[in-house]
Amino acid sequence: MRPQDVIRFALGALGGSRLRTMLMLLAMSIGVGAVVVLTGVGEGARRYVVAEFASLGTNLIIVLPGRSETAGIGPASFLSETPRDLTLQDALALGRHPVVRRVAPISVGEAPVSWGRLAREAAVLGSTPELLEIRHWKMAAGRFLPEGNPERADAVCVVGAKIRRELFGGRQALGELVTLGDRRFRVIGVLASEGRSIGVDVEDLVVVPVASAQMLFNTNGLFRVLVEARGRGAIPAAKEHIERTMRKRHHGELDVTVITQDSVLATFDRILRSLTLTVAGIAAISLAVAGILIMNVMLIAVSQRTEEIGLLKALGARRREILALILTEAGMLSLIGAALGCMVGEMGNRGIQLFFPQIPTGTPLWAAASAVGIALATGLVFGILPARRASRLDPVQALSRK
Amino acid sequence: MIRLEGIRRVFRIGDQEVLALDDVSLAVAPGEYLSIMGPSGSGKSTLLNILGLLDRPTSGRYWLGGADVTELSEEEQARTRRERVGFVFQFFHLVPRLTAAQNIALPLVLAGIPPAERARRTEAMLRSMALSDRAGHRPDQLSGGQRQRAAIARAMIMEPAVLLADEPTGNLDSSSGAEAIGLLEALNAKGITLIVVTHDPEIGSRALRKIRLVDGRIALDSGAGGEAP
Repeated sequence: MRPQDVIRFALGALGGSRLRTMLMLLAMSIGVGAVVVLTGVGEGARRYVVAEFASLGTNLIIVLPGRSETAGIGPASFLSETPRDLTLQDALALGRHPVVRRVAPISVGEAPVSWGRLAREAAVLGSTPELLEIRHWKMAAGRFLPEGNPERADAVCVVGAKIRRELFGGRQALGELVTLGDRRFRVIGVLASEGRSIGVDVEDLVVVPVASAQMLFNTNGLFRVLVEARGRGAIPAAKEHIERTMRKRHHGELDVTVITQDSVLATFDRILRSLTLTVAGIAAISLAVAGILIMNVMLIAVSQRTEEIGLLKALGARRREILALILTEAGMLSLIGAALGCMVGEMGNRGIQLFFPQIPTGTPLWAAASAVGIALATGLVFGILPARRASRLDPVQALSRK
Repeated sequence: MIRLEGIRRVFRIGDQEVLALDDVSLAVAPGEYLSIMGPSGSGKSTLLNILGLLDRPTSGRYWLGGADVTELSEEEQARTRRERVGFVFQFFHLVPRLTAAQNIALPLVLAGIPPAERARRTEAMLRSMALSDRAGHRPDQLSGGQRQRAAIARAMIMEPAVLLADEPTGNLDSSSGAEAIGLLEALNAKGITLIVVTHDPEIGSRALRKIRLVDGRIALDSGAGGEAP
């Protein structure tokens, strides 16, 4: 029997019993669709996190006050119970090295911000003009913090889009004076809304010079320091420079934590990837269930079609051909089901994207391909039993009854 | 053409052994017209199945067209069946989802014959069976007589040497039955060996050679001695 004829005959048999075919296609497409959607969401979450980290800046090294590392109890651990503050001077010292392109000290807090009779709480971020470049922010209007001595507490601020909207409504914000805590600041710029970027909602932010923020919150310490290396290759050198400088400035003790963006990214990437795999594995169970369903339904189909199979034998079909026919039928079912499942899954991905536009759902090719592969494999494996039963069928008995 | 020697067929039902055929020997010359009759349970169908290579004898030997086919492998038996034997069943056994033309072409499909030649042979067969205008109809759109004609066409499409008909008129009204028998006899007249198994004495008596089976044995053979190879 020619392969084309085998396929045509199997398709004809599938078309001959619509309900059965539809049910099996449904089961298979649900299984494959589940894999496609779940891996799509997992991959979307991973891409989201990776993009978030990338939006933090490129070639970034983050310096945090305090040492978050397990160390043995030595004399030093008793002497320095609380870590020294990370100061503005520390930050400026970190900038003085050829491998460092930019440095932005960051001080954060919450303060009430008001204009006229309108007031609300806002996140206040103190930094230097370099922050704009480091975080790739964009201005909607006006300009960012002024260049100059970072230790000067200028009474100027840059507000996020949401703050501008809620305080000023349709009116001009640039040049107005807002009250931030107990001080008045002149609005010199409005940030363009770029959505969220890890922990900070740019829309809901008031940016002031770092010295002003320190004065506002009455602290010398910085929340962290962002250091941008001159290139990807310069990151280790910059990290070393940071540790050396900090040790020198803090009396030989390294009481800051230095995180490179890459390492954080790699960790998240790994965690989310394994999460995706786990979810895909769970979804694959539904594929196996679909396979078992195919087996059951094919067994029923074989017993319903004993007459036809017996006839084929009487007309000279070999056992091998009957086997091929039934297996092709099971294979076609799972293949068509898998194709439908891919479509259903892709629609699911699009649907999710409609409701959560920030998550870039997209099924990786390997996941879709292996889902189809598993579908085909289960269809064939679970098709073997019914196919063997069909091929062993006794044509005499099959044809003698009606 | 056909030679059976000491064929026995024993069925095992539970722990009971049932002897369906007991030492049947038979020789059929090419182009002969045989009827096999007998009460139910006499072994008619078993004999037909063994002749059609659908069943194997428990013991004895079977030659078809000069070759010993008793010990052929499953695969070779299937091929012999496909090429040398045509079956006509009481219940037609047409595949319900296929059209008349597709049903007739089924043996050609199984034999792996290319579509162009398939179409040509099927069309010629449809014409000779006066089914051309019914080619695209499914079995449930055909009358009983047309169904049996389609079934005979399917049995003949591989140009077999032997045509085995199991109660070919059993499911037809008398005029369709007469038509079907007429068709089979016309084929026999063209040289095909025709073996008809039937209950119906009227049909059975039309054959030139009549065999009567009782309890798995040949009780009567009107043309015994026709020992042609």
